[in-house]
Amino acid sequence: MRYSIQTSTRFSRVSLALAVAMVFMLALLPAYASRGLLQDMFFILTMLTLAQFWNLLAGYGGLLSIGQQAFVGVGGYAMFALVILHGWDPLAAVAVAGCAALLVSIPMGFFSFRLHGAYFAIGTWVLAEVLRLLVAQFKALGGGTGTSLPRAATRNLWGADWVKEVFDVKSAAARDILAYWLALALAAAAIAGIYYLLRSKQGLALSAVRDNAEVARSVGVNAHRLKWQIFLASAFGTGITGALIYLQKARISPDAAFSVTDWTAYIIFIVVIGGIGTIEGPILGVLVFYLLQSLLADYGSWYLLSLGVAGITVMLFAPRGLWGLISDRTGVQCFPIRRLLVQHSNKTGENSVRNHH
Amino acid sequence: MCLLKTNRLAAHYNDFQALFAVDLHLDAGETVAIIGANGAGKTTLLRSLCGALANAPEQIVFDGEPVGALSAEQVVRRGIAMVPEGRKLFPSLSVEENLQIGGYAGGAGGFWNLAKLYELFPVLGERRRQPATRLSGGQQQMVAIGRALMSNPKVLLCDEISLGLAPAVIRDIYNALPGIRSQGAGVILVEQDISRALSAANRFYCIMEGRVTLSGEPENASRDAIHDAYFGVGA
Amino acid sequence: MNYLDTVVQGVLLGGLYALFAAGLSLVFGIMRLVNLAHGDLIVLAAYLLLITASVLGLSPFVAAAAVAPLMFGIGWLLQRHVLGRTLGADILPPLLVTFGLSIALQNALLQGFSADSRRLNSGALATASIDLGPVSVGVLPLLTFASAIVVIIALNQLFYRTELGRAFRATSDDADTARLMGIQPQRIFSGATAIAMLVVTIAALYLGTRANFDPSIGPARLIYAFEAVIIGGLGSLWGTLAGGITIGLAQTIGAAINPEWQILSGHIAFLLVLLLKPRGLFPRAFD
Repeated sequence: MRYSIQTSTRFSRVSLALAVAMVFMLALLPAYASRGLLQDMFFILTMLTLAQFWNLLAGYGGLLSIGQQAFVGVGGYAMFALVILHGWDPLAAVAVAGCAALLVSIPMGFFSFRLHGAYFAIGTWVLAEVLRLLVAQFKALGGGTGTSLPRAATRNLWGADWVKEVFDVKSAAARDILAYWLALALAAAAIAGIYYLLRSKQGLALSAVRDNAEVARSVGVNAHRLKWQIFLASAFGTGITGALIYLQKARISPDAAFSVTDWTAYIIFIVVIGGIGTIEGPILGVLVFYLLQSLLADYGSWYLLSLGVAGITVMLFAPRGLWGLISDRTGVQCFPIRRLLVQHSNKTGENSVRNHH
Repeated sequence: MCLLKTNRLAAHYNDFQALFAVDLHLDAGETVAIIGANGAGKTTLLRSLCGALANAPEQIVFDGEPVGALSAEQVVRRGIAMVPEGRKLFPSLSVEENLQIGGYAGGAGGFWNLAKLYELFPVLGERRRQPATRLSGGQQQMVAIGRALMSNPKVLLCDEISLGLAPAVIRDIYNALPGIRSQGAGVILVEQDISRALSAANRFYCIMEGRVTLSGEPENASRDAIHDAYFGVGA
Repeated sequence: MNYLDTVVQGVLLGGLYALFAAGLSLVFGIMRLVNLAHGDLIVLAAYLLLITASVLGLSPFVAAAAVAPLMFGIGWLLQRHVLGRTLGADILPPLLVTFGLSIALQNALLQGFSADSRRLNSGALATASIDLGPVSVGVLPLLTFASAIVVIIALNQLFYRTELGRAFRATSDDADTARLMGIQPQRIFSGATAIAMLVVTIAALYLGTRANFDPSIGPARLIYAFEAVIIGGLGSLWGTLAGGITIGLAQTIGAAINPEWQILSGHIAFLLVLLLKPRGLFPRAFD
């Protein structure tokens, strides 16, 4: 008898091909879609990216952060600072904004890793509040009231001329198209990167830590270093996404950029309702979230109230979310990260498969 | 008079069956020893009796009533108290508070109270204000026994009360058993130390792989028969 | 700046933060549960006080006697039917559920009472002050501080002098062994949350009489409470008072230098303590 480790299933190979095809199709969307649809897609894709990074922290790393708005805010403000104070091109500033969030996350991690579990959660929240209050002191960027990107900077984005020519649109629409492409690339890269990470040796160690930290330590997994790594990675990804979001909004203020509701509460609901600890969950969650928002947005506080109740209900009665329900019924996994031990029986040639986490 | 009785008791941990059709009984004022190797099912048996594991109602009958399906907190109110393996004292409670919490289920006005326990184990009275975890292993075991007695139980279940203790300390603890029994309580002793358990018991049951393989009175059982029942024939 | 006055105001403000924190500390101490909706429950209680006081035409202090049992019941049911289901080895469910509860409560209050600022009318008490030589102290802040001390003494008595308190501590140590004593952990937990809601009612009384409130201010109160608990050291109620005073002092001193720095100074004091004494000022011997 022979054994081999298998991490993919036939379905997952098909879904990989589908995913690649889908990214290509989405990339061509600006040729057909209205500006409104592109803006909605931008919203969906950026929320999805934020959700994937929060899910990496909480769902895989067991680090429940309520301070993701810190990285969105720092990313956004770093981009604004580079453009307004140093005259950078906004697109270049978006990339560097991720590094700014990464830098800020080092002292943040230093403080918050002194706290555990629930206290880690509130600790990250306090740190985000501190950053919001500090940024509001920064008069060059509008202080507490915030500021806008200069027209000239947003009109002459790198590649904007080319987009204007190819799609025959005005500069505002060209900016939306560029932002959409970046959001698509970022979401695809985030999902691919997290998927790759989870299937790597590090991913195995991460799930070992989540299942049983003691045992993981005894087999030589450095849980502390792993947690740092995903904390930094998610700060970087969240920072870039934040910068991109505020490039598209073109206006920033401390209260908006460091909003716990917009950048952490929504994200948590997306992940929890979709299915925490899976890659599919946030994708499903963001679609549900978008639908709910389209239907209920006019009802203001009713919308958030129902979102809160939906989150509680899912957590109590279906803690693995909608995707958990679907995958339990059907056995389908688009992004399998489980390892299957496959036994090749020499006599019959039939394979029997055992699950192995 | 039969106080506690099991009827073909079968206990499960998830898919794993740990006890198969165990029949035993305990009379008032009697001490019964349950002996058996590691993993034979002794602790599972005690966990079933004290309600920590749920069973079919009629499989355990106490005072003529089915109690197999009751929870631990209900069982102790009926009058079955447990001295858990490893003592399991409450670290944030003092010695006296650990004893007092034993009376949470009721039983006040019975024979056992703080004063009587301090008579039984004088050292506990001297150290009653200290955190329970500050005591030596033997003293902690005394607290665990005293805590169970505070509910004035009709049945006292003792899980491995000699485990990890020095011989002199074990002797002190076993010397207290007749005093406990004289108040009419039945005692079930689970021990790996066969000779210690048999010398204190009126009757014994030997369990192997979840089944009773031998039972009787210690003086009528041969060493060889116990050896076979304990390890399996031909071991 | 009148230094003495600033310090006195800061210490008295700390009493309010200790009241915010005592309920949080109690629940955490017994079931290791951090209720992220704690601040919003304080705001809920403030609105209940507002309704009771205005409908019945009562002083908010009298209304509190009616609201307290209501909050007690809310706490019991919340623990029994919602929070209790989430307790277990995994820390995510209770946090996510209480976070959801926080958002839901805020928006339910927004729907019911609008975003307008409200205040509990305490009549002449609101402006009354006592002259204490060099400083003049408001009666309301003084009452807040005294209430914090009374609450802490009462909770400590409950914890260390009663059978219920013993059951609280035993269940907190080891719920499975507590069952063997006839204790029902679920009831103990429900009782603890219910008692925490009594403290929340008292906190709400002073929150609402001392300053304006609206549905959105809950999370900030949770953060102050949390900072006070961490600064004081987990599990020590007197430590929580010290933590509350630390935050209160930092905020008042910060505000005296620059009004914009009030909240920031409190957070920075918290981060400094975290940096220098990560286990708080009065850590418990064991945990």
